[in-house]
Amino acid sequence: MSAPLLSIEDVTVELPTPRGNLRAVDHVDLSLAPGRTLGIVGESGCGKTMLSRAVLQLLPKKAKLSGRVMFGGQDLARLAPESLRRLRARELAVVFQDPMTSLNPVLTIGTQLMETIQEHLELDAPAARKRSIELLAAVGIPAPEHRLAQYPHQCSGGMRQRIAIAIALSCEPKLLIADEPTTALDVTIQAQILDLLAREQRRRHMAMIIITHDLGVVAGRADEVAVMYAGRVVERAPTQALFKRMHMPYTEALLAAIPKLETAPHTPLPAISGRPPDPTRPLRGCSFAPRCRYAAARCREAKPELKAAETSGHLYACFHPIQMAEGIGA
Amino acid sequence: MTQPAAREQPLLSVDNLVVEYGLGNRTVHAVSGVSLHVARGETLGLVGESGCGKSTLGRAVLQLRRAKSGRVLFDGEDLTAMEGEALRKMRRRVQLIFQDPIASLNPRRRIGDIVAEPLIIAGVRDAAERKRRVHEVLLAVGLDPDLVAGRLPHEFSGGQCQRICIARSLVLNPEFIVCDEPVSALDVSIRAQILNLLEEMKARFGLTLLFIAHDLAVVKAVSDRVAVMYLGRLCEVGPSERLFAKPAHPYTGLLLEAIPVPDPDVRPAESVAIGEPPSPIAPPSGCRFRTRCPRADQRCSAEMPELREVAPGQFAACHHPLC
Repeated sequence: MSAPLLSIEDVTVELPTPRGNLRAVDHVDLSLAPGRTLGIVGESGCGKTMLSRAVLQLLPKKAKLSGRVMFGGQDLARLAPESLRRLRARELAVVFQDPMTSLNPVLTIGTQLMETIQEHLELDAPAARKRSIELLAAVGIPAPEHRLAQYPHQCSGGMRQRIAIAIALSCEPKLLIADEPTTALDVTIQAQILDLLAREQRRRHMAMIIITHDLGVVAGRADEVAVMYAGRVVERAPTQALFKRMHMPYTEALLAAIPKLETAPHTPLPAISGRPPDPTRPLRGCSFAPRCRYAAARCREAKPELKAAETSGHLYACFHPIQMAEGIGA
Repeated sequence: MTQPAAREQPLLSVDNLVVEYGLGNRTVHAVSGVSLHVARGETLGLVGESGCGKSTLGRAVLQLRRAKSGRVLFDGEDLTAMEGEALRKMRRRVQLIFQDPIASLNPRRRIGDIVAEPLIIAGVRDAAERKRRVHEVLLAVGLDPDLVAGRLPHEFSGGQCQRICIARSLVLNPEFIVCDEPVSALDVSIRAQILNLLEEMKARFGLTLLFIAHDLAVVKAVSDRVAVMYLGRLCEVGPSERLFAKPAHPYTGLLLEAIPVPDPDVRPAESVAIGEPPSPIAPPSGCRFRTRCPRADQRCSAEMPELREVAPGQFAACHHPLC
């Protein structure tokens, strides 16, 4: 495997709240090679978005970051604001969940696209316009010349997300972070947007992080998946290996809790009881222990570290991993 | 339309319902001639994408949005013709659960008061009786009444707020509940809890449900029959198992293909959908799905397809059904 483009090393993010320090991200290590896709999966509050903000250096002002975010050999947290700005423009791009809030409602689509392109690629207006039209066409927008003069409210949610993707791709980034890019969209549009992202990624040999709460979204589209719970990565593996054999009970429970199309109606769902722990009151033991059906005394006493499974690249943080031997629990 | 009358009289039947909204001098055709029925004790799932009219239909059933034409028969009585006191009385038997549980609870009122409010509106004067009922329903939805009744909504998570909303909808002992996307704002692990709870409550209180959602797998998990809506019209309706195994309408097929499957061995179907739904302000002529349909031909633009039976109990409105 080639040298990583991005490596997140022992990153912790803490946010001060009136109730005490909230540890949103808790000692996370991840890396991503050029051209690869990493899926980060977890439920609300698990820290997946905060982690992506740490990579983008877009954390809230009061947040405290420790650890290193290495991107192309540079530590992003130590970069001067000007070089960071240039880097974010050229090499790091992001697509957020809600395309309406990431687009400026009072500027035309053309202005927003051309502004980015002119600023960062140093093109003149006609060239930037030509490039904008090409980009809109590439993301599947019909009659792109016509769209340039329109405002975001004149476009549907799917169109707006395509435009946000066009802006993100405009400077040929090396890494695209897509934070719940399809959660606000309908299922038929979701499929089209995910296809679009995958196609553009292959074409541009871009690395991508897809952040989602939906295991279904990453299953067919990520090379590697990291599952987060209560600020930590609790399991991480190549996608095939993960779905074939999950070792962390939380991952298994999360997958089991999704209603499946092949299940007969009125079959009770294997729900996960309780809810995630309060992030301002960290638990001594495993954060999932209170909800875990395999939990034993030790799980409440000590935190399991991420350790390697027998399959290469598969890591899990559990004292009582499941499906370890051939055939068990499969 | 051509759906056969259920053996016994359905609890709810919607007959050729039309609901329109004015938008300046234009008209949004939100629901354009929908007919369906829900038998007593049944759960009918209603699926479709945003803007297809499914929520409007749910609200029109409850008379929260008045229909332009058509009828809504509940237990044999036409709700569209009712007003004032008669309608208020009827509403005790029909309740609604919304998508956003936190927004549906008044942030300044205590949980006990929120859940008791329908009783006050319904004229239950006896405070002890109200307290007893609130206690009972909170317990039923899995909350400890002594711990929660005195607290405020912000002290609860989304899943717990949805439990409170469910308790409030149950407090008047309704027969029928319209659930409008009740789990789409919830996390996966919480979603399963709430779906299981709805199923339990349905069995325990003998409820009939209209379950509106955009997620087909969620709908299948709880529904006996499923109706698929597209741009204000019903495309297909049929028994859940049958509809998911053998969809007849190309739109149902497309919806099923578009769902991301949590299994890396299932390759996502490449761009199954064609474009985006047209605007309900100017819906296409003939079949409304024809602009995105791979099977569409001349006939589809000229002639609106009627629902017809393609298999026992399964009806599709398509000139070129998949089966």
